[in-house]
Amino acid sequence: MTALLQVEHLRVSFRTEEGVLQAVDDVSFSLGRGELLGIVGESGSGKSVTAMTLLGLTRGPNASVSGRALLGDLDLVSASERQLEHVRGRRVAMVFQDPMTALNPVQRVGDQIVEQVRAHEPVGRREAMDRAVDLLDRVGIPRARQRARSYPHEFSGGMRQRVMIAMALSCSPEILIADEPTTALDVTTQAQILAEIKTLREQTGVGVLLITHDLGVIAEVADRVVVMYAGRVVEQGSVEEIFYDPRHPYTWGLLGSAPRLDKPRPERLPTIPGSPPSLLHPPLGCRFAPRCAWRLEACSSEPDLKSDGPVASDHLGRCWLDLGTARERRVVGGTIGLPVRAPAGASRRPGDEPAP
Amino acid sequence: MGRFLLRRLASAAVVLFTVSVLTFLIFEVVPNGNPALRLAGRTATPANIAAVEKAYGFNKPVYVQYLKTMEEVFTGRIVSYAQNLNVVSQLRQDLPVTASLVLGAAVVWLVLGIVLGLTAGLHAGGPIDKTITVLNFLGISAPSFVIGYVLIYLLSFKLHVFPSSGYVGLSDPLGWADHLVMPWFSLAILYTGIYAQVLRASVVDTLSEDHVRTARAKGLSRRRVLVHHVLRTSLIPIVSLSGLDIAAVLGGSAIIIEVVFNLPGIGNYASQAIGALDVPPVLVITLFGAFAVVIFSTIADILYAALDPRIRATGAR
Repeated sequence: MTALLQVEHLRVSFRTEEGVLQAVDDVSFSLGRGELLGIVGESGSGKSVTAMTLLGLTRGPNASVSGRALLGDLDLVSASERQLEHVRGRRVAMVFQDPMTALNPVQRVGDQIVEQVRAHEPVGRREAMDRAVDLLDRVGIPRARQRARSYPHEFSGGMRQRVMIAMALSCSPEILIADEPTTALDVTTQAQILAEIKTLREQTGVGVLLITHDLGVIAEVADRVVVMYAGRVVEQGSVEEIFYDPRHPYTWGLLGSAPRLDKPRPERLPTIPGSPPSLLHPPLGCRFAPRCAWRLEACSSEPDLKSDGPVASDHLGRCWLDLGTARERRVVGGTIGLPVRAPAGASRRPGDEPAP
Repeated sequence: MGRFLLRRLASAAVVLFTVSVLTFLIFEVVPNGNPALRLAGRTATPANIAAVEKAYGFNKPVYVQYLKTMEEVFTGRIVSYAQNLNVVSQLRQDLPVTASLVLGAAVVWLVLGIVLGLTAGLHAGGPIDKTITVLNFLGISAPSFVIGYVLIYLLSFKLHVFPSSGYVGLSDPLGWADHLVMPWFSLAILYTGIYAQVLRASVVDTLSEDHVRTARAKGLSRRRVLVHHVLRTSLIPIVSLSGLDIAAVLGGSAIIIEVVFNLPGIGNYASQAIGALDVPPVLVITLFGAFAVVIFSTIADILYAALDPRIRATGAR
């Protein structure tokens, strides 16, 4: 698979009044043609900043960005604002989290799509409007010709998100970045929007970068998954690998805290204890260690992102636990999870005593 | 829309009635307010005064006087007690002067306010923003007559750039503008400061809105994002503000500037009438001011709805 987008060692930090906030720290991944890559993590894990940086939307006097993000020959990190204007909306389009606020409230939705088309292509108003109506129709908006003349407040949340998707697709982009596209929507609408994204990917071959904190969404549509924690990639692999053979205790915790319909319901939904670290002063060593039941002496230095299996593969994890131990320890009550405290008598290798 | 205008008309009638009653009553209770004292002349005997009171109907109950006066107002026959001139024709003669002053000043403060407010908002927190904010507060806190006299001193007496007073009709456009430049700026500086501060805040808010990020993500040029998305939404509060301000200036605040620059407008007329405790002109000018407020706020509301479709859905019930 040829990579459409190759992100290498991307780092983004912001100067704030309290100090330098390292929002994204050495993140690398690639996105192939027609592939759907999920980036998953808690709030503040750096997933949205990663996405916005790809379009140069995090640039500012207080931001500093390094690394590379290659879209073909163009490095989106070092590209000029002018070059980025040609990328935004045309080669890489973005759908944002909250459809209630992401559209301009005082402009008709058809005009908002027309505006994007005409920013990139030498087409007349009428032709651009025909295309907008086509797109609205394609994403499932009934009576699209009439609805194109409506304002955003005249649409429901789900319909607005469809408008956003139609707008994103209006210039046939190579990549669609969807930042929590279903988070603000009710469950039924979520399913419809996800189905829409899947269909469009099959029809157009657009590569999709789907950012979410919802593993259910990932399970449903993603091909590959990047798990982020505190600005770092802690694990990445195919969706099967992440769900059935996860390497990192944080991934176990995420999986364990997802509600399951196929297992008896626990009294309380398990959670990962503690909260994500401050990105102003991230912990030394493994960033997840302070919340990890299985932390070891070794965790005071940070492990590399590496393949642990006997054969080198694309499934990478950032944990000191070896594969065998990891597979043993991730089982909690017959399913994958992360206990609050390491159970007494759990198998440990010599020297791997839990840190105090 | 039709119902909206009808309701506005009904509320205008209520406003005009209230304003006219209040104005009328003020002159009833003000000491020495009896116009017969002045009409009868300086050496009048009580009998003379009583005769004048009888002739003009000042001895009748207040509501009868009120109704009679209002009838004269609406038939255009009302005459001032001090000069015995028809008030409506006097007003008609003075209106172009005041309209030239106020509308010209409004153009000045809108243009300057928008330019300064947008510039400050885009550079929020920086030295440009801070400089503009200081200037705005200077403009807001300096009384307009002080600015007027400073301008007259510098530009008329010292540098001889503009004439210090007087008015030239629009038939001589250059002379018209020449005489009005200083009054326009004196009147506009206060509002420029206010509008620039309001727009600055509005721009800062809009810049952080999601839809502006979307506009950038669409690949629009910086200029287009600013004009079509940031400015377009930030201007909405300015529009509703300007309707009321133009009306308020037209109906009163222009008085000071007209006196300072000796412009023969409604404000000057009003100040003379107030000095002479001359009820008919004051009443008519007050009604005119109230009417202007109603008209301009209606226009502002219509524009507001045109700019913001969300208002159209609910506001035009």
